Amino acid sequence: MVDIGNTDIDALPVAEVEEADLYHAKSWITKYVFSQDAKVIAIQYSGTAIAIGLVGLVLSWMMRIQLGFPEVFSFISPEAYYQFITMHGMIMVIYLLTALFLGGFGNYLIPLMVGARDMVFPYINMLSYWIYLLAVLILVSTFFIPGGPTGAGWTLYPPQAILEGTPGSDLGIILMLVSLALFIVGFTMGGLNYVVTVLQGRTRGMTMMRLPLTIWGIFTATVLALFAFPALFVGAIMMLLDQVLGTSFFMPAIVSFGEHLEYGGGSPILFQHLFWFFGHPEVYIVALPAFGIVSDLISAHSRRNIFGYRMMVWAIVAIGAISFVVWAHHMYVSGMHPAFGFFFATTTLIIAIPTALKVYNWVLTIWRGNIHFTIPMLFSLGFIVTFLNGGITGLFLGNVVVDVPLSDTMFVVAHFHMVMGVAPLMVVFGAIYHWFPLMSGRMLHVGLGKVHFWITFLGAYSIFLPLHYIGLLGVPRRYFELNVGGTPADFIPASVGQLNAFVTVITLLVGVAQIIFFINLFWSLRYGKKSEKNPWNATSLEWQTPDMPPGHGNWGPELPPVYRWAYAYSVPGFATDFIPQNVAPSTMPGLENIEDG
Amino acid sequence: MRIAIALLLVGVGTLLFHFLSPWWWTPIASNWGVFDQTILITFVITGVVFTVIMLFLAYSVYTYRNREGHTAVYEPESKKLELWLSLGTAVGVIALLTPGLFAWASYVTVPEDAAQVEVVGQQWTWNYRYPGADGVLGTTKITNITGDNPFGIDLDDPFGADDILIANNELHMELDQPIKLLFRSKDVLHNFYVPHFRAKMDMVPGMVTFFWMTPTRTGKFEVLCAELCGTGHYNMRGHVVVDEPEDFRIWLAEQSTFVETLAAAGISTGNDLADQGRDIAQSRGCMGCHSIDGSAGVGPSWLALYGKTETLDGGDTVLVDAEFLKTSITDPNAAIVDGYAPSMPPYDLTEEELDALVAYIRSLS
Repeated sequence: MVDIGNTDIDALPVAEVEEADLYHAKSWITKYVFSQDAKVIAIQYSGTAIAIGLVGLVLSWMMRIQLGFPEVFSFISPEAYYQFITMHGMIMVIYLLTALFLGGFGNYLIPLMVGARDMVFPYINMLSYWIYLLAVLILVSTFFIPGGPTGAGWTLYPPQAILEGTPGSDLGIILMLVSLALFIVGFTMGGLNYVVTVLQGRTRGMTMMRLPLTIWGIFTATVLALFAFPALFVGAIMMLLDQVLGTSFFMPAIVSFGEHLEYGGGSPILFQHLFWFFGHPEVYIVALPAFGIVSDLISAHSRRNIFGYRMMVWAIVAIGAISFVVWAHHMYVSGMHPAFGFFFATTTLIIAIPTALKVYNWVLTIWRGNIHFTIPMLFSLGFIVTFLNGGITGLFLGNVVVDVPLSDTMFVVAHFHMVMGVAPLMVVFGAIYHWFPLMSGRMLHVGLGKVHFWITFLGAYSIFLPLHYIGLLGVPRRYFELNVGGTPADFIPASVGQLNAFVTVITLLVGVAQIIFFINLFWSLRYGKKSEKNPWNATSLEWQTPDMPPGHGNWGPELPPVYRWAYAYSVPGFATDFIPQNVAPSTMPGLENIEDG
Repeated sequence: MRIAIALLLVGVGTLLFHFLSPWWWTPIASNWGVFDQTILITFVITGVVFTVIMLFLAYSVYTYRNREGHTAVYEPESKKLELWLSLGTAVGVIALLTPGLFAWASYVTVPEDAAQVEVVGQQWTWNYRYPGADGVLGTTKITNITGDNPFGIDLDDPFGADDILIANNELHMELDQPIKLLFRSKDVLHNFYVPHFRAKMDMVPGMVTFFWMTPTRTGKFEVLCAELCGTGHYNMRGHVVVDEPEDFRIWLAEQSTFVETLAAAGISTGNDLADQGRDIAQSRGCMGCHSIDGSAGVGPSWLALYGKTETLDGGDTVLVDAEFLKTSITDPNAAIVDGYAPSMPPYDLTEEELDALVAYIRSLS
């Protein structure tokens, strides 16, 4: 990488595409429906992801009322319960979080933050969304087909996923796998775009080490996804063949309900390796964008440079790289060779080091800051707490012998909900409150935002904290009922039932409280206080566009030059407490000395 | 302001919850106390880190809040601080990992003198096999499985003849005797999990998995399936009974060997149709859930079932006749007997097969 000094930047030619090469919409349909503008695609991705996410939320209510009040709601049969948990998990992890962070925030923020007019392949970008939408529609259709959606658990483990005895083991699982394969196709189109735009579409002066951490997070997550999703794709196709054509990739000889099946020679564990080779990086595909975004929120609202930017970048890259060699910590009790336990426990605990450094640096950014308790800041603090808690329980499950008693219990459920459910969603909310003015030109209502934050943060924490402890007791996950035929397992005291009822009530409350958020969103879109330009006094480029919301092509006649990193907050000796990335040193004396911190 | 107090309360509240919550691990009944110790070490180290970070966060949020005349400090990085934090974290990680890896090494190294027992899972029940007098388990093959040979034991293998087969959900173990549990599954993934033993292992069709342990106190402990295995997963329960050595030997001597069960299977009910029905019941795996000796199972026992009046899930009563039995086989969830879970899959049998099966059930009354 060439080291570019600020004095050189003004002399650099503007690496501008010809005006003719930028796609301009010619009709309402190509502007708002089949749009090639990354900002519109971002809204489409986000809207679809949030809509399907609401389905996932309702499914979680269904399973919680079954767990909290068993035998009260007779419409929840065991089949339905297993279908609910499966679809809830699949929707939340893939169709909501992955799509929202990469397709939603990625599309909106990458071109704006790197100083580009759009993604480098706008047409492919449009296709990416429409294929994603098709994948979502196929997923939804499984609720209406005979047999219903698959109930194999979101991990879709064979042999049970395609055998009688599991709900939706014919059409349900087939459509699930088709939907996943399409999702991956659509994602790959978008993902290539994100990576190439970050690598090739940056404006002059925007070196890699001046990128906001948001972009580092999304970029690294996308690279991970491009490597990880093919493993899931292969697994999905092979299982599809096992189910439809009767091949035996994952199917050994089996006697199912007394009948000898035609399968033989396949390996169920092979699927687990493929699944988790995708599935563990997937955790970071969701987490890294959240890490990046929250870094920028904390920095902007604490009016302080992110502490240890270079360390933060290398931590993101290191976490991304190591995340490819930890997958089998999901399989300590799968029957794989015991020696794997030594290796994967070691790699898993090593990944805790860069992750812990990130937590320290967020806290150290707040330390000696000038903290504005805006809604994005509140959600960022909520993220730190929930991520700290969820990250710590990861140290339990990664350490192989600790995992043996805890795996497949409610401890695992509590852990991953805290770390990759609640924590990233805190960032999603913070990010929406933060960037809503940029997208709409209006502010979200602060009072409603505070109510939303307090209920969501305290509620979610009190849902998942106690569940760890019943997991420690030994309460298994994925149990339709703990009492079989009215006789409770003798090691499970009645208090577990009371706790389940409590957790269910809180879950419903937190769920319903999200209505406040949506009311705020729709009300503010029309009646919210008009936002001034750059309402948070942020330094990064997306706030420096000539128009807000940014128009098609993002920038004026010329792309903005970048002279420094995105964290020039509260630099001593200047009248304002922020210096945007594109303010030329020639305009302010003393500026030439602060480039990259 | 409020958020600083909230952070403090969340931090302190989490600690209080940890110490005051009524939920903690079950009293241990195996030699794997070292797992519990590793968990305790992890709780201590991570608890300290959690507390320090939460307190520091609450302090920082309070002290550095925006107010008149207050500005932030511009300080891009501190190599020294970051280095110390990295080293400190690395030390913590080593402290967590080292005892864990030593414990894992002993968990995966089976002692020479360990006894053996095989656990076979199928939807949604457990069966057990002991090696018998020769101390060796006969070889098995999934394709050998028939109604009379539910474990698929190789008939030509002399070691298999004296294997002791337990066709119900209760496993017995001898106190203080190290035991290697070998796991097989006939159909899908299952997981043999006894909370009091701290150990668990997936059962994978097509391969044999294992763990070993030493039961350290007598008693009866719950077995749960811990790997999602279909609709009846939550219903796949059983018990382990840990006996004094003497009691264990007495119990074991009462159980049937493979050769004995084969001989018993040939005894006719004296009724051709019912004999046919018994074959169907055995080959379709009905006996996995329905006992014929009145003992409790996943589903109602067939002993004296025919002609009985059963109470259904909604409080209605029904006379168990041929019609009711046939519907219960082809559409099991149409009516559920009170106290049982709706976990049986529908069976697609011909009218002749249904008649035979009903005749067999009737012959048990």
